[in-house]
Amino acid sequence: MSDNHQELHARSLTELAAGLDGGEFTSVELTQSLLERIARLDGQLNAFITVTADEALAAAERADEARAAGTGGVLNGLPIVHKDIFCTSGVKTTCGSRMLDNFVSPYDATVVEKLDAAGAIFLGKSNMDEFAMGSSNETSYFGPVNNPWNAECSPGGSSGGSAAAVAARLAPAATGTDTGGSIRQPAALTGTVGIKPTYGRVSRYGMIAFASSLDQAGVITRTAEDAARMLGVMAGFDARDSTSIDHPVPDYVAGLSKSVKGLRVGVVRQHFDEGLDEQCGVRVHEAIAVLESLGATTVEVDLPNLDLSVPTYYVVAPAECSSNLSRFDGVRFGHRAENAEDLMDLYCRSRGEGFGDEVKRRIMTGTYVLSAGYYDAYYLKAQQVRHLIADDFKKAFSDVDVIAGPTSPTPAFRLGDKIDDPITMYLNDIYTIGANLAGLPGMSVPCGFVDDLPVGLHLVAAHFDEETLLQCTHQYQQHTDWHLACPEAFK
Amino acid sequence: MTGSAWEVVIGLEIHAQLATRSKIFSGASTAYGAEPNTQACLVDLGYPGVLPVLNEEVVRMAAMFGLAVNAAVAPRSVFARKNYFYPDLPKGYQISQYELPIVEHGELYIEDADGNEKRIGITRAHLEEDAGKSIHEGLDKSSGIDLNRTGTPLLEIVSEPDMRSAKEAIAYMRKIHTIVRYLGISDGNMQEGSFRCDANVSVRPRGQEEFGTRAELKNLNSFRFIEKAINFEVERQIELIEEGREVVQETRLYDSDRDETRPMRSKEEANDYRYFPDPDLLPVEISAEYIESVRQQLPELPDAKKQRFVAEYGLRDEDAGILTASRAVADYFEDAAAATEAPAQLVANWIMGELSGALNREGLEIGDSKVSAAELAGMLSRIHDSTISGKIAKQVFEAIWGGEGTADAVIEAKGLKQITDSSAIEAVVDKVIAANPSQAADYRAGKDKLIGYFVGQVMKETRGQANPAQVNQILKDKLGN
Repeated sequence: MSDNHQELHARSLTELAAGLDGGEFTSVELTQSLLERIARLDGQLNAFITVTADEALAAAERADEARAAGTGGVLNGLPIVHKDIFCTSGVKTTCGSRMLDNFVSPYDATVVEKLDAAGAIFLGKSNMDEFAMGSSNETSYFGPVNNPWNAECSPGGSSGGSAAAVAARLAPAATGTDTGGSIRQPAALTGTVGIKPTYGRVSRYGMIAFASSLDQAGVITRTAEDAARMLGVMAGFDARDSTSIDHPVPDYVAGLSKSVKGLRVGVVRQHFDEGLDEQCGVRVHEAIAVLESLGATTVEVDLPNLDLSVPTYYVVAPAECSSNLSRFDGVRFGHRAENAEDLMDLYCRSRGEGFGDEVKRRIMTGTYVLSAGYYDAYYLKAQQVRHLIADDFKKAFSDVDVIAGPTSPTPAFRLGDKIDDPITMYLNDIYTIGANLAGLPGMSVPCGFVDDLPVGLHLVAAHFDEETLLQCTHQYQQHTDWHLACPEAFK
Repeated sequence: MTGSAWEVVIGLEIHAQLATRSKIFSGASTAYGAEPNTQACLVDLGYPGVLPVLNEEVVRMAAMFGLAVNAAVAPRSVFARKNYFYPDLPKGYQISQYELPIVEHGELYIEDADGNEKRIGITRAHLEEDAGKSIHEGLDKSSGIDLNRTGTPLLEIVSEPDMRSAKEAIAYMRKIHTIVRYLGISDGNMQEGSFRCDANVSVRPRGQEEFGTRAELKNLNSFRFIEKAINFEVERQIELIEEGREVVQETRLYDSDRDETRPMRSKEEANDYRYFPDPDLLPVEISAEYIESVRQQLPELPDAKKQRFVAEYGLRDEDAGILTASRAVADYFEDAAAATEAPAQLVANWIMGELSGALNREGLEIGDSKVSAAELAGMLSRIHDSTISGKIAKQVFEAIWGGEGTADAVIEAKGLKQITDSSAIEAVVDKVIAANPSQAADYRAGKDKLIGYFVGQVMKETRGQANPAQVNQILKDKLGN
């Protein structure tokens, strides 16, 4: 390995692919260098729950052989990280919970299978909020993740480990999942790119369910181009997921070079009301101005029911999670309490010991809103409001191609600041939740700094229009360099 | 009870296991009797991350049932989750249909005690997955779980509270049993649990409109038990009320060993199932064209077949009912009737008599009969053309059953051909009369009944092969002098 290989971590996925293609270095060298970095630096972050060094090196060797034989897939030999919510056969899948601390999946999630088939090398499983419930990565049984930009701050959540790993250049790309903002908010708070595709775009098979009607897999990278490469592999119909949609997957990379000239950008009035940090608001407006300078036009749009999105979400998501998490009962897999006296004792203690506070809070909330006598007032009402919110977006997209605003109301907050105040924590996702409720694709792209902490621009497009999101953010990144900024400790 | 001051009100919930090869939401096999936990895949086991995918075949089967009972097949039905914890329910919820079932507002007709047609309403039929089985026997202090049955498709058929006696309940259930087997959507095997029933039973003073408090009887896995359980429960409730006590709304289990029902769990401990639409499954949407295509696949149903058997074959009403109670029996009858010149009623008599007896004796279904419809027809043709008598035919039937070949082969090999040659019969008759002079004298003196004795002697001499009608005639002629 020559000296310049030490800089491999600074390269994007696309640049690394070119390096592998050009024979500049091998996948084994690349994998080795990132594994060394993880071993050296992750102590400062806690971004990984499991590092699969041996498996990764073996896979890298196979990738190099495949490359030599000319049979490698489109991501052949490129190292990535999986959020620990995706089942990986033979490797522990914890979902950030004590409940699954001992769980080794007997099968691969579709996302894992597809990336594997494309030749990607997975370096390990990233830390996350327990069962993806949280916006700070503090609910993880394996401890919080530190933000690479400031170790005292949260990287956001729930895909906090994935975002931190990519921001700290421990991997060029990481999978994530987004139920209310769990890809986009951590991307914004760590200065990375995060895309949550349209509901049904990526298979949920093998992705441990939090709220089935909202969960969607996506990716965190440093550039829009890298996201396009990853998404192209991950997207597509899966017969094993009844909610995945049989809709052709376009060549996302090919669409990137299109100019944004004439693109109609909707600016949501409600996004800049109180609650948004003033300086964050300034950065977002500046980013929109860049798009305008590239030929896009802005239109003010109205999402009148936006303020209902957080309460709606916190009825629907807990309701679904209360049912989805019933399978963790200590009977077949996962944590089982010792010396149970009887069946009820086994259930109560296995679940009592296996789940953390936030998961319990949501299971109880969800159980309550579904119970006899409350169902109509909460669950049914929330579903009706969900339709109103989806209608608002539908109306907006008759006038605009993309809706722009902030990803998160503030830059990264300090660990410990909000964890005891669930309502404030929940409000972190106020700008992102709408896309989940309406099933729309959303994306966050770094657009500057406030107090040395990154800020994200949030874009939402119409159903299955990931192309416009990727094109818009790629064009923006061609004219800005926020994504090139690297936290000092991880250069 | 019908004559008493009390009126019985019964509604049934029947669970029919649908005869698909794979499970309702997974590709695992539904075959019965495998080693525990060998037919449960990750989806059935409720592993983290797995998702259900609907087996389309169950939709077709439910639609068939709906059309067969004159019901509305819903253009849109929704799977919901019924949440409760139990070790044989791996996901902690059962996927069922709740607010929007696939079939609603059906009906069928049974015969009541007076032989009149009576309509029984079918409230709904919905699709759901079965749970696994808990095994408590032989495991000391622990319980075992067998998840082979988990995810087996069920059609739950809910009737209106339209039945007024255990007999009507049985008639209704038999009718449903016949229909699902006719449609080929369930094997109806009650021993294996693929056709089971819960009964809601209440009593009220005759003439009162309001229903009494009901008890739900579970674990009714044979027609006999249902009748016994309902009758026990009715008497129990009447006794309670007559003693001035109250019937409690509860679930009761029928114990067939003791022939009694006893409480399982009371309403107070009832689960709040927290039903909500399953977000992992899309609503089932069925087009009018699809329903039409299913209608085209419908076989002739039992009622229509019965009427046709009466009209087309001239069968007695009751016999047509017996033959059409099972599609396999009806098919056997039609196959046999088509293959012989013998009258259809003769074919029917043999199926309901000898054949049915032989099948029962060996515990066989008609599909496994050792005498095929063609073989039976071949034998009946020999009765019809007087080659053999009905009596000899029984011998021939047993030989065919025993694998000795066709009717013709058996008749030939055993020399069972009927003697119709008058001169041959006359010779035997002469011999018999000569050997019994005193009986002949008595007959001639007016003891007509002795003709039977002479017939018997002639048949004995001819090893049963003489044509009985000819024997009779010739005897009368010869003794008449």
